[in-house]
Amino acid sequence: MSKMIEISGLNKDYSGKKVIDGLDLEIERGELFGFLGPNGAGKTTAIRILTTLTKPSSGMVNINGIDVAREPEKVKSEFGIVQQHLSLNRDLTIHENLELHARLHHLTKKERDERIADLLDYVELSDHADYLIDDVSGGMKRRAMIARALIHKPKLLFLDEPTVGLDAQTRRKVWELIRRMNTEGTTVFLTTHYIEEAEALCQRVGVLHHGRIIAIDSPLSLRRKLGLIAVEMNLNGNATQYRYFPDRAQAAQFIESLPDTEHVVMRESNLEDVFIELTGQKVLGGVT
Amino acid sequence: MIDAYSILWADLMALKRRGPRYLITTLVSPILYLVAFGWGLGRGINLNGTSYLEFVIPGIIALTAMTTSFNGAGTRLNVDRLYFKSFDECLMAPIGLSSLLMGKALIGVVRGLMSSVAFLVVALLIAPHIHISPQFLLGLFLTCLTFAFLGVLAALLARSHEDMAVFGSLILMPMTFLGGTFFSLSQVPVGLKYALYILPLTHSSLFLRAAALDQPLPWGSFLILFAFLVAFLVGGMVTLKKISI
Repeated sequence: MSKMIEISGLNKDYSGKKVIDGLDLEIERGELFGFLGPNGAGKTTAIRILTTLTKPSSGMVNINGIDVAREPEKVKSEFGIVQQHLSLNRDLTIHENLELHARLHHLTKKERDERIADLLDYVELSDHADYLIDDVSGGMKRRAMIARALIHKPKLLFLDEPTVGLDAQTRRKVWELIRRMNTEGTTVFLTTHYIEEAEALCQRVGVLHHGRIIAIDSPLSLRRKLGLIAVEMNLNGNATQYRYFPDRAQAAQFIESLPDTEHVVMRESNLEDVFIELTGQKVLGGVT
Repeated sequence: MIDAYSILWADLMALKRRGPRYLITTLVSPILYLVAFGWGLGRGINLNGTSYLEFVIPGIIALTAMTTSFNGAGTRLNVDRLYFKSFDECLMAPIGLSSLLMGKALIGVVRGLMSSVAFLVVALLIAPHIHISPQFLLGLFLTCLTFAFLGVLAALLARSHEDMAVFGSLILMPMTFLGGTFFSLSQVPVGLKYALYILPLTHSSLFLRAAALDQPLPWGSFLILFAFLVAFLVGGMVTLKKISI
């Protein structure tokens, strides 16, 4: 059986500038995969190509065995997408937004009614079904977008920065929803620049930098390759330096060998450390 | 066609919510034109046995159909595409591009017909001799369809909201005053007359006026208007293909 997503040699140039640079990637069925990278890394462009919104300069993309460039109309039934920006019709209610999407995916009246009721219940928006989009909170809008993306029971769900702009509580609620969808069999492909989001959700993470995957593995494996324990040193007022160790014992032994231990912190490493080591940059911007 | 209706359905839901307000605001311009040109400037003018008021009303109907169809489809799509970003969702739906194009144009037709018919009702109270025939309604429908597709084409070409305003100023505004709406083409110099035949609104005005005044119908103008419709439709299709995969 084919992979859920197969990408090979994918390139995208804008006015001579490479935004996606020779991307090769395979996503298994049922996987929860994440693209981690700073703004401008090429995450959204990659998703736009995968979802037929942008033409690649070259390369091949297959979704569920269907060539996206050759059969765009067919492939559109295979996936759902929650875009980074609000893309609901703001002149319509939540229910009407879902109904429009259900109609465009050719659900019958009976199917539409049942599916919309189920999904509103699923994302806990049944009480707000008849509210206009501008009359609900940011978290509700995001959940409405998730419900809309699921209306036709897609096998694959794209989430482009699904929790950007949401408060911590709402973010965790959306995470729960994403985990639940994945547990129920939906393959999830998300992009994020939130380290904790990638660590909390993804079974595998691709670190994207200047349109290239510079590392790909499970969050734990990526950290393990670097060292699970980080030591932060801010000695003599210089810029913070980092050392990584496989375990706490080795990290402690290293700290004991230092002349000054007052400005030294030992902690668990994270994907931010991985990103900094690989690129010299922080995921949220700035140079280390 | 079902997919086109699905697109239209969403726009109809939005229109339903603001229907009465829409009708009132859409009637302001044509009534002002009617008062200023029909009762003001044109009072006492007689054109080949027809009062200027009866002459100008079909022109204002053509003008209303043009403006509201263009804006009803074009402005709506421009907002969906560049502001709400909800047009992307339609592009990612498993429907044909022709259905998408048609669906986006149909709301312009609905709005154009609503406004034109509402103005027609007002106009009939003032000038009850206006002849409303099936041919008149056919011409009105073709006018709405043509300018709705022009609106869709403009919205697909526009890269910003300002582009739509520029399009309105450079294309619609000249047509408003030069498209045979307020004066007879027989009154202008020959060179200008032929230049004005390039404008689709000229043909719409000519056809609707002839139908409303129960004169022989200029089917040539009807065909030219239809040719404009085909050109705008093809242009829209080509542009939509360019912006989608």
